[in-house]
Amino acid sequence: MTNRRGFLQAALAASAVIGGGGWSRLMAQQALTQDQLLAFEDYGNVTLVHVTDVHAQLKPVWFREPEWNLGVGAAKGEVPHLVGRALLDRYGIAPGTPEAHALAYEDFVALGRAYGRMGGMDRIATIVKAIRAARPEALVLDGGDTWHGSMTSLLTKGQDMVDVMNALGVDAMTSHWEWTFGTARVKEIVEGLPFPFLGQNIFEAEWNEPAFEPYTMFERGGARIAVIGQAFPYMPIANPGWMFPEYSFGIRDDRMQAMVDEVRAEGADLVVVLSHNGFDVDRKMAGRVKGIDVILTGHTHDALPAPVQVGNTILIASGSHGKFVSRIDLDVQGGRMLGFRHRLIPVFADAIAPDPEMAALVDSVRAPYAAQLSEVVGQTETLLYRRGNFNGTWDDLICAAILAERDAEIALSPGVRWGASLLPGDPIRREDIHNVTTMTYGACYRTEMSGEMLKVIMEDVADNIFNPDPYYQQGGDMVRVGGLGYHIDIGQPIGSRISNMTLLRTGEPIDPARTYTVAGWASVNEGTEGPQIWDVVEAHVRRLGTVRLEPNTSVVVTGA
Amino acid sequence: MTLSRRQTIALALGAAAAAAVPLPALAKIEEAIAAFTGGAAVGEGGITLTAPEIAENGNTVPVQVSAPGAVAILLVASGNPEPGICLARFGEGAGSQMFATRIRLASTQDVVAIAQMADGSFVRAASEVKVTIGGCGG
Repeated sequence: MTNRRGFLQAALAASAVIGGGGWSRLMAQQALTQDQLLAFEDYGNVTLVHVTDVHAQLKPVWFREPEWNLGVGAAKGEVPHLVGRALLDRYGIAPGTPEAHALAYEDFVALGRAYGRMGGMDRIATIVKAIRAARPEALVLDGGDTWHGSMTSLLTKGQDMVDVMNALGVDAMTSHWEWTFGTARVKEIVEGLPFPFLGQNIFEAEWNEPAFEPYTMFERGGARIAVIGQAFPYMPIANPGWMFPEYSFGIRDDRMQAMVDEVRAEGADLVVVLSHNGFDVDRKMAGRVKGIDVILTGHTHDALPAPVQVGNTILIASGSHGKFVSRIDLDVQGGRMLGFRHRLIPVFADAIAPDPEMAALVDSVRAPYAAQLSEVVGQTETLLYRRGNFNGTWDDLICAAILAERDAEIALSPGVRWGASLLPGDPIRREDIHNVTTMTYGACYRTEMSGEMLKVIMEDVADNIFNPDPYYQQGGDMVRVGGLGYHIDIGQPIGSRISNMTLLRTGEPIDPARTYTVAGWASVNEGTEGPQIWDVVEAHVRRLGTVRLEPNTSVVVTGA
Repeated sequence: MTLSRRQTIALALGAAAAAAVPLPALAKIEEAIAAFTGGAAVGEGGITLTAPEIAENGNTVPVQVSAPGAVAILLVASGNPEPGICLARFGEGAGSQMFATRIRLASTQDVVAIAQMADGSFVRAASEVKVTIGGCGG
């Protein structure tokens, strides 16, 4: 490990962002071992452990990082909007190394076969126990998107993840997809949680009054640590508001400032924000709200091997799907963060031994559903992945299934960032389909839309991603389309980004006045009708037997 | 299934309200502001407008205006067919010069608040509120 004592006061005031050289060079030269992955020279008096956006992945998975992650406005060309080789170069990581595989999409299949799957709650438990052995007072903080994302989480309404995270020993969490189980279920779980469910920005909708604990105070290593929660700000917009109509969200950075001031007045030596804002929103907030020491970012699924510094605030990005655990050691004295040491620990499942107790718990929560989960419905000869600004191969397969099974001209599929990958040659099990489709509002609707309306939708979604002001972004990716081609100039304002919309079936331009048959899923409208999307995809995969996808050239991107 | 335009757009991807965009009634806003200020210069500062960056429901958007020392506050929405929302007057006995309400916004637009201070000067604050059909990430 690089010794970062020198970072201390001077560096906190300076603009230098430390490189990620710590683990990269070492690991490039040495075998992948648990000792290497967990090596960390203890530092300071406080330790934070951050996991986020696990999306209910109990078992190790493949997860291909994005090939497209375009930044706009001030974020253009900045992390986390560097991908592939550019990201590796930024942090001095050699291609072909384990950490290159963990962080970048290039050579994903070949390197995946060499280094194996990543994640798994039993491996994460091993890491957390090892950190706690060295630092018994370490705080373990969960950034949310924890209870949603797998077939077992859907079938147990999140109980599998609740049991597992309780066993892991979490100290606080915040939320996003948790809310898609509905208010009653969220309240039921939260009442039984042995730790606080934080959200300074969760308000009771009718009277616009705070509804959940905004923060909690810890005494650790002789320091008072305030952890302020920030739930996903756009819950009722991006997800079905009718499932949690009692609550209102929003960024509410004026209240964040008030909370920071309040905890400082109560004697907090360190202020940590456990956030589900998304990285760019957190970066902007760090420049507007004064007095935050650490923001543990989430939502946008970015993994960065070094913190990003904004003023005196450091931003930590810990990836998704259980691929990474961040450890941050801090020297906190007299109300100030004097320095820190950080490591983004890649959870290589073949190198890190499963914790026996957690492995047994994971197997026990999955056991009642084992036959359903593991049923093989087909094979794939193509790498299947989703993450990226535009259609991934999983999206192409889902859209093809919708077009075929629902007899539609155009398919729409949500640009979510969750969804594990499959390598060529992998069987497609029912569980794998759920990993990219599972949700509490998965009905696959079929309707008619005018060409004009399709354009309005595409423009609206594009602005939610490419608006130059991150406070007007929702953090997802572009809506995935089947049967439809288009051009997008991301540098234009809303209304002018999308052009050359084409019905692929005929090659003709989309006619604003014509009506098209459109099918899709993940509608936020109450009462949406249709078969569940995972059943649609399963039926299609069974019909195909073996999935082989051609490269998708239907989206042309400019202005990047 | 018969769907209105609004329902259909929401069905496709998202939530709040349809983006059926009327042309901003710019002349009307200028008229409304000029009628309030009498054409006087309008400064900045001393007035705080709190509104969401993105409306959770365009039909009922919470907004709050505070201008300590104001005698009147005008609230207008730049993109609504009728921009005027309300004019609040504060008497000498008012405990504070603020109000909160909920407004309907037809589309993404600037909400503008103008306060007349006790000395007869005017200050303004504006906030863009996005009314979106949604889309999801995470």
